[in-house]
Formats: sequence, C-alpha cells, structure tokens
Amino acid sequence: MEVLIQNFSNITWQMLVMWGIGGLLIYLAIVKEMEPTLLLPMGFGAILVNLPVAVEGTGVQHVLDTLFSIGINGAELFPLMLFIGIGAMIDFQPLLTNPKLMIFGAAAQFGIFFTLALASLLGYELPDAASISIIGAADGPTSIFVATELGSKYLGAIMVAAYSYMALVPLIQPPIIKLCTTKAERRIRMQYKGKPVSKTARILFPIVVTVIVGIVAPDAVALIGFLMFGNLIRECGVMNSISETAQNALANLITIFLGITIASQMKAADFLQVDTLIIIGLGLVAFIFDTFGGIMVAKVMNLFSKEKINPMIGAAGISAFPMSARVVHKLGLEEDNQNFLLMHSIGVNVSGQIASVIAGGLILALVKAYLGG
Amino acid sequence: MHVDLLLEALPIMGYGYLGIFIVTGAIIAVVSILKKLTSR
Repeated sequence: MEVLIQNFSNITWQMLVMWGIGGLLIYLAIVKEMEPTLLLPMGFGAILVNLPVAVEGTGVQHVLDTLFSIGINGAELFPLMLFIGIGAMIDFQPLLTNPKLMIFGAAAQFGIFFTLALASLLGYELPDAASISIIGAADGPTSIFVATELGSKYLGAIMVAAYSYMALVPLIQPPIIKLCTTKAERRIRMQYKGKPVSKTARILFPIVVTVIVGIVAPDAVALIGFLMFGNLIRECGVMNSISETAQNALANLITIFLGITIASQMKAADFLQVDTLIIIGLGLVAFIFDTFGGIMVAKVMNLFSKEKINPMIGAAGISAFPMSARVVHKLGLEEDNQNFLLMHSIGVNVSGQIASVIAGGLILALVKAYLGG
Repeated sequence: MHVDLLLEALPIMGYGYLGIFIVTGAIIAVVSILKKLTSR
C-alpha cells in the first residue's frame, strides 16, 4: 500500500504530458495509420520510460540502455542494419531508366543546408546545428547516424522529429507544392519511356554507387554501403529468400527495436525542453525547404529544356520513400486525371534516398574537417 | 541572433550543397556509361 501511494505521489505533470505525447503517437499510428511500425513503439515507449516507478528498479531501463548503446550509440547498428532491408526493398529501375532524375534528389536536400544556417543563427553549435539540419534528409537512419557521429545532445528530439515528419509528409508537402507551382505547371504531362534496364546494369549499379561514394564522400560509405548491399541482394537474383528476409523479417525486427529505443530518449526531464520544440520547428523548416529546393530546380531546368518537366516531381526528391512519390502522383491526378507521374516521382524519390545519404556523409566530413582544424 | 555561428556554417552550407551535385553528377555519368555498355 505504501508503495502504491508513493508511486502515485511520484507522478509529475511532466510525466502526464509525456503520456499524452505517447498516446498521441499511438493514436496517429493506429487511427491515422501514419508510420505505425515506428510511431506505435515510440508512443508506447514514451509512456514506458515515464512511469512513476522510476524504471531504474524494474529492469526496463537496463534493457533500453543496452539496446541504445549497441543499437544506436555505439556502432550505429540499428540504422545500418535497417538500411540493408531498405536497400532490398528499393527498385532502382525507374532511376536507371532516366539517371538525370538524380538531379532532383540532390536539389531536394536544400532544406538540410538552409536549416543548418538557420539553426546556427539561432545559436546552436555546429555539431548540434548539423545534426538538427539532417532531419531534412527525411531519412531516420541517416539522422540517427549523423547525430550520433557528431555527438549531439539533442539525439532524442532529432530522432522523434525525423520519424514524425516522415509520417507527416502527406500533410506537409501538398500545401508547399501548391504554393510553389502554378495550376498550369501542375498539369504538365510527362511521358514515361520505360525502356528495360539490363540485369547487368542493375547488378553493377549498387557496386558502382558504393565505390563512387566511398571515394568522393567516405563518411557516407557505411550508410550507402549497407543500403547498396541490400539492393545487391535484391538484384543478384540468386538470393531471393535472403532478399525476402531482409525486406520483411530483418527490417521489421530492427524497426521494433529502433522504435522502442528511440523512445528511451523521451524521458520527460530531457524531452520537455524549449529546445525540443525549436528542433521540431527546425525539422519542419527543413522539410519545407527540401520541397522548395526540388521544385525550384525543376523550374530552372524547364527554362532550358524542350521537354517540359512537371516541377512537382522535384518535391519527390526528399527521401521519404514512397510517401513523397505518392503525394506527387496524387496531386498530379487531382489536377488532371490522365496525368500519371508515379514512375517519374518514384525515380526521383529513390534518388532522394541516395542523395540524402550523400548529404549526411558530406555534412559529417565537412563538420569534422572544420572542427578538426 | 548568432551571426558569428551563421558565418561559421555558411561555407559548410555552400560546399555541402555543391558537393551533393558533384557526387550526383559523377553517379549520373557513370550510370549512363554503364547503361550504354550493358545494353549492347
């Protein structure tokens, strides 16, 4: 009875707020079906680590700390393992059909660099500003990897913002796309010349990309290497069961642990800070300017090309795959029910996946070089 | 407002964004060559 009374008296308003946040994440996962595989474990974990029984005594803290130290903080095991699964899921064929689409993937990383400047202006030191800006990679594993490598103290808020905004892409992008394009631009039709790509090219692609990135941006090689390893498993044609395992069992297992481990960083004392709100705000800015950057480069390209590009596909260059491609496709159909942009936007979207990893590697290399003197 | 920190970040912003286009350009060039070689 005494323990019961003590536990009740230990409940603070901060814990109640965190339960509310946890409940909101669970609601979004189940009712709105927004990234349920991540938001649900995160929501439950947010409640779990904010119980008044001071989880230290329950063993929960030990398990979560262990998961955090091996899965995220030490060797960044979870984001890298997850990338094998993501690589196995991605079909790069639309990109290989039209490699120029990669330009939009690069362009749509603008938000990262804009946010880096903005976060610096707001007073965040370079490692923290860079870690915050990488939320704009729209790529959870890359955000975790960069923030951990740079030793940011805002890892918890960054992880929560990165995964939450990925889930919110269908809400964030449409108004920005509409604001940046005219009705006539949104109605531009693009023909898809789906020429088949040889199996040799599909097999060599992940190897070639790994070698190029390894030479030009070595800090990104861990991420791109695991992503491309997963893709090679998919494309080689002789490891089908392993490819299936990577796409399903491996990715699902890692996702379960990743979600609950992220939540371990959501303790009220650390999470309920003004900085968390600012970081979440900066994450939104990053997503908005990613979308803006992709669209603007497409508009500039339209000034010089005979075959007009629907600038909306530039917005799919953020790496949130495949949500962003679907958003663009849906908006195209809203304006003209015969305008099928899916294959173009998927090509841009997968190139955004590669570009976001490169951006993460470049940020790491540049910040480390600056700090190293 | 921390203009000093902004000035510290601006070169990284510039080099970083430019760097992505350079790496991407290299990948586009190699993939285009790869496609030509393997389509024969």
